[in-house]
Amino acid sequence: MQQSNTYIIVYSAVLTIVLGLLLSGSSQLLGPMQQEAIALDKKKQILGAVISGEELSAMTPEEVNELYASRISSTVVNISGEEIREEGLTAEKVEVAKDYKKAAEERAYPVYIFHAAGNPEAVDSYVFPLYGAGLWDAIWGYVALETDMNTIGGITLAHAGETPGLGARITESGVQARYEGKKIFDESGSLVTVIMQKGEGKDYDNELHKVDGMSGATITANGVNAMLKSYLSHYEAYIKSKSTAAPEAVAAL
Amino acid sequence: MSTETLEKVIEKKPAEPLFSKRRKKLVTDPLIDDNPITIQVLGICSALAVTTQLKPTLVMAISVIFVIALANFVISIMRNTIPARVRIIVQLAVVATLVTLVSEILKAFAYDMYKELSVFIGLIITNCIVMGRLEAFAMGNKPYDSILDGLGSALGYSWIILTVAFFRELLGSGSVFGIPVYSYISSLFGPDFKLATNGLMVSPVGAFIILGLIVWVQRTKTGYVEH
Repeated sequence: MQQSNTYIIVYSAVLTIVLGLLLSGSSQLLGPMQQEAIALDKKKQILGAVISGEELSAMTPEEVNELYASRISSTVVNISGEEIREEGLTAEKVEVAKDYKKAAEERAYPVYIFHAAGNPEAVDSYVFPLYGAGLWDAIWGYVALETDMNTIGGITLAHAGETPGLGARITESGVQARYEGKKIFDESGSLVTVIMQKGEGKDYDNELHKVDGMSGATITANGVNAMLKSYLSHYEAYIKSKSTAAPEAVAAL
Repeated sequence: MSTETLEKVIEKKPAEPLFSKRRKKLVTDPLIDDNPITIQVLGICSALAVTTQLKPTLVMAISVIFVIALANFVISIMRNTIPARVRIIVQLAVVATLVTLVSEILKAFAYDMYKELSVFIGLIITNCIVMGRLEAFAMGNKPYDSILDGLGSALGYSWIILTVAFFRELLGSGSVFGIPVYSYISSLFGPDFKLATNGLMVSPVGAFIILGLIVWVQRTKTGYVEH
């Protein structure tokens, strides 16, 4: 049956409106829940840098929120390592992805401070956000430095669209665990960070600045390396200021 | 002539039970004999992409079942009104809406899964099985039959990708549904015993091999030959 042009146009228009209403309605309805899920996910990523993934995945959303509220405090610094004190500016509100488009000097750098259990004064580790480009899309993460401001306590990595089974493996706890205990400064105190190598299956246990790569995901690994290097260098002033302030570092000097 | 057929239809309608032989065949046929992946060779891309682990594969399978069954249902209801000249666009709009709904729901309730499956949920839109069933079946059949047909094709797709995922996760990562089977087995044989995982299985190549083996076994059994 051949329909008239008017029929086709009206039909298409009505269909578009109906489907459009359906989609915007569902988006309105689910929006708040999605925002909550995203906020929770961010907290999980920050906490993931300091506590193990198994522990974290066993927690209910309420427990995660509570742990975050009781153990994490935050501040925002600039590239010189000085704290930025502005009305309404909190680390949680800084969108690293948006700031990424600005020049490095103009960005606000959030720092999340993980406090020891039961003692809100004592600092357990500092967590810094990372952001960069993978193979297909953005990658980001959080790296935790221990109080010597040199040893990586843990790292979480996430991605927008890396290949499942290849680049997407950066989200696996097995891959992230490779960073634990590695050092970001060499003996002379210059920043070398930790470089993920090409190829997989070699033993880098005794190498302080190298971790095993991911087979088939060298470009993603390069992205991770570049992101780690650039963000740690942006935070370098802050990291150095904290490490000289720490008593054991002074003793070492 | 026309009155005769009309009578026949009226006679036949109440006679057909909810799960008549014909309707059962709609569901069971695509499972083995007319499987969308192994026989029709559709939907291969996602079968390769999401099957490294069972859990995301299961979510993918459920999403595809939901999308195909519902798209078939909706299109079948609309089938007599759809203008022939824009029917593909209409089908695509319906499928895209359903897929977006699935993706929004996952984002709200299973954010971790949403992150893991990322682009592949969106790519259900381009899964040839969906459009194939709409064109081949839903455009010419009643809603209930269309749902059954969609379910059949989706289940045929699902069991294949779940089987592929089972072997890929077991051989590639040494686990099933995230349970580390390999380390349990090797712990039975003492501390020095270690089962090696196969990295090839984690890459898409592994999916091709498993899929090829499934097709081989199936065609040996059913005697299906491509003409």
